[in-house]
Amino acid sequence: MPRTEFSPSIASRPVYAGLTSQGATPAIMLADAEGAEALIDLAGQDASVMDRAHLIYIPAGAPHGPRLAALGARLYHEAPSFAACLERYRQALAEAHMGSQLYLAGTEGLIGQATAEALAAGLPADAIHTEHRGSVARRMQCVHCKGVTENVTTDPFICAHCGLTLFVRDHFSRRLGAFQGVCVDAETPGIVPPAQEIKP
Amino acid sequence: MKSQLLRVTAIEPLSPLVSRFRFEHPEGAALPLFSGGAHIVVEMPDGEILRRNAYSLISDPLDGSCYEIAVRREDTGRGGSRFMHTKVAVGDLLRLSVPLNLFSLDLRAKKHVLIAGGIGITPFIAQLRQIARLQVPFELHYAARSRDEAAGLKLLPDVPQIHVHISDEGNRMDLGAILGAQPLGTHVYTCGPEGLIDAVAETGRRLGWPKAVLHSEVFMSPPPGAPFEVTLEKTGRTISVAPHQSLLEALEASDVEIEWSCRGGACGRCETGVSACDGHIEHHDHWLSDDEKASQTKIMPCVSRFQGAKLALDL
Repeated sequence: MPRTEFSPSIASRPVYAGLTSQGATPAIMLADAEGAEALIDLAGQDASVMDRAHLIYIPAGAPHGPRLAALGARLYHEAPSFAACLERYRQALAEAHMGSQLYLAGTEGLIGQATAEALAAGLPADAIHTEHRGSVARRMQCVHCKGVTENVTTDPFICAHCGLTLFVRDHFSRRLGAFQGVCVDAETPGIVPPAQEIKP
Repeated sequence: MKSQLLRVTAIEPLSPLVSRFRFEHPEGAALPLFSGGAHIVVEMPDGEILRRNAYSLISDPLDGSCYEIAVRREDTGRGGSRFMHTKVAVGDLLRLSVPLNLFSLDLRAKKHVLIAGGIGITPFIAQLRQIARLQVPFELHYAARSRDEAAGLKLLPDVPQIHVHISDEGNRMDLGAILGAQPLGTHVYTCGPEGLIDAVAETGRRLGWPKAVLHSEVFMSPPPGAPFEVTLEKTGRTISVAPHQSLLEALEASDVEIEWSCRGGACGRCETGVSACDGHIEHHDHWLSDDEKASQTKIMPCVSRFQGAKLALDL
């Protein structure tokens, strides 16, 4: 699956510039599902980018694990979910030195949460490289109940926590790594526009 | 308030070339506080010439009772530091600008690494006091040619985070080792000669450091050069700039007032439009982008000069 091209939006919406090799510096790499192909392409550009890389992959049903494992990263680890590899990821950030690069590839939920963790750990934003691949499903925070609904694919959608029907905004919280969902029928209770599939 | 007349209350040699000057309000009023890395501009009325030199404040940022600066005597310089060393006495009144900081700590940093070369130690003296209050990890690396040159030694606290590198004693600063193993969230601040700042930038680049966390301040006075003339577009006046005078000083001497603050090519305040340029502008500033410099449509009169047939300014 190729790199996702998103349509232009407000400044709040993250932009994923695509991965380019920063050379054989120490690196942390984190990818989910189709994001694996971005890392495979990255290693194709410059195989040395893997020499000092700690690669964590969340397959989420995708079949790319064996190809990723064969890229020659210094450390390779597969995990069933972001939550499952969070402690390993935090430890890798805690042990990293300035000059380390972070490569994130895959869905917006993964990129957003991993970016927030890295910034909190002190990694400069300029050392974070991102590429979107795969599902355009969003991680949404309900601005009313603050609950987070994962894998939102329609607009509007029903908040998994409070049940309000939420409009999918491009307004993104970098702290939470989530988009903001706002009650779509607050002014006109019960009048809800038909749900549409979220487009890139 | 842009400036205030302050009394010199102490002058103390710190090394054969460097002296500390202390300024207090003539009536004992409190002075505006500042933050570590801030500088003031001292006005020096020297006969016909009014010089204005910027100096980092080295006193405690939260102590409003005085301002202190350290001045290195440059006998081959333009005369400002010589004026301070030979003409200024305790009891004199001098006009000082209010503090301005173009080299402040980034308070988001989890650790501060300060790298000083020679007299470039001065902004860090006040920053160390601020860091001590912030209780954030830090290290300071101070490089000087010899112990005699290392005027900052008398001003630095005796703490293990401070590393002194005296090249005469064979203890040179190893930038690769300093930048090679810093934890995430470290910001680096370099002050000193341009060669040191370039070396830190190059080492950082090689080790993968983003530029945004490498801060620097060059101690720059206006470089001398060949005399030249400028035309002021709006009045048609022509002004001559002498070899040891900056364009800004020549404009001021002709009563053309323009906004300025750092007088060292860093702050951008005196940026002036160029309406005609037949020749080559010698850009010495750190403000204009490479493209702006190449276009020859803007000039920083505080440090930049001109060679050629005609330079006209939007003034």
